[in-house]
Amino acid sequence: MMAGNESLADESGGQARRKVVMAVLAHSATADIAGHLAAMALPAHEDLREPESGLVMVRGRVGGDGAPFNLGEATVSRAAVRLSTGEIGFGYALGRDREKARLIALCDAMVQSAELAGTIETDVVAPLRAAMIERRSRKAAEAAATRVDFYTLVRGEG
Amino acid sequence: MTTVAELPAGFVDKVLSAQSTFRSVMDAMARPGSVQRIAAVAGTPGTMMRGTAAIALTLFDHDTPVWLDKRMSATPDVARWLKFHTSAPVIADSSISSFALIGDPQSLPALEYFAFGSNEYPDRSTTLILQVESLTQGPSLELCGPGIDGAAILRVATQPQDLFERLAINASLFPRGIDVVLVDDDAIVAIPRTTRLAAREG
Repeated sequence: MMAGNESLADESGGQARRKVVMAVLAHSATADIAGHLAAMALPAHEDLREPESGLVMVRGRVGGDGAPFNLGEATVSRAAVRLSTGEIGFGYALGRDREKARLIALCDAMVQSAELAGTIETDVVAPLRAAMIERRSRKAAEAAATRVDFYTLVRGEG
Repeated sequence: MTTVAELPAGFVDKVLSAQSTFRSVMDAMARPGSVQRIAAVAGTPGTMMRGTAAIALTLFDHDTPVWLDKRMSATPDVARWLKFHTSAPVIADSSISSFALIGDPQSLPALEYFAFGSNEYPDRSTTLILQVESLTQGPSLELCGPGIDGAAILRVATQPQDLFERLAINASLFPRGIDVVLVDDDAIVAIPRTTRLAAREG
């Protein structure tokens, strides 16, 4: 519905914003997303597509530029939610967690809404992003602590 | 943006709704002429009735090409809804379709335009889903054949009047043929290819 009103540049901006939000939500736990969403007032919404699980084929490419091949199938859950104001959000999540797909779809719909985009960013996405970065840097630090530096001594003759 | 403004929802409870709708259609096919109800609730795009929408959500998938008549394809709503919820391909050639959705039986093309299946694969035929005006009023028809004890009486109001005479080709084509599902809101009646119809006076 927004496609008709927005210029192409705005639309790609909107798409980019949705992508950034999706990247955070996909790496967050269901309970965390639900916890942050519960704290805010949710707009009226309905399930356009009930959450469902299915398989998608994961494709790979040898060495980054080789011929594509089918690596295997992965379980994916998806959902679509529509707000009463018309925005439709889509959620895809790896695994069988259908509630997560539904929550992601709900967040995606709210990100597209002009009034709610700011709230969802500050109340949900920002704390989740901070937690994600914290989690990643902690893991990196844990891994870094076990790093071993090897020295190669030049062996002198004799 | 892939946002669709007015796309009606699918089933509220996908599994149970599809199962109960399948049961209704199966009972209707097993008892030709009996009126079955579809309890499942789904959004209805454009001119689609509740029963038609439930049948589409239950029986259509990416392997079932669907043909839409002029009434159904008057707006892109129906095709878009089918694509989103069922991923069934909507095709222009009715002779290879698995299902045909007929919103306006008045303009129903000759039955030869649909698939009758082959003698080896009689199941590769088109199932017509016709939206009619009423399944409780109108001229009476007498049905007989497998699944009917003696004869069944069906009252159906629809145009064109010769629709049921045209279905007589099922007798000569067997095992090939056309199966028909009549839909009026949430009521459905099936007329499988084995059923013989006759107009009934009074």
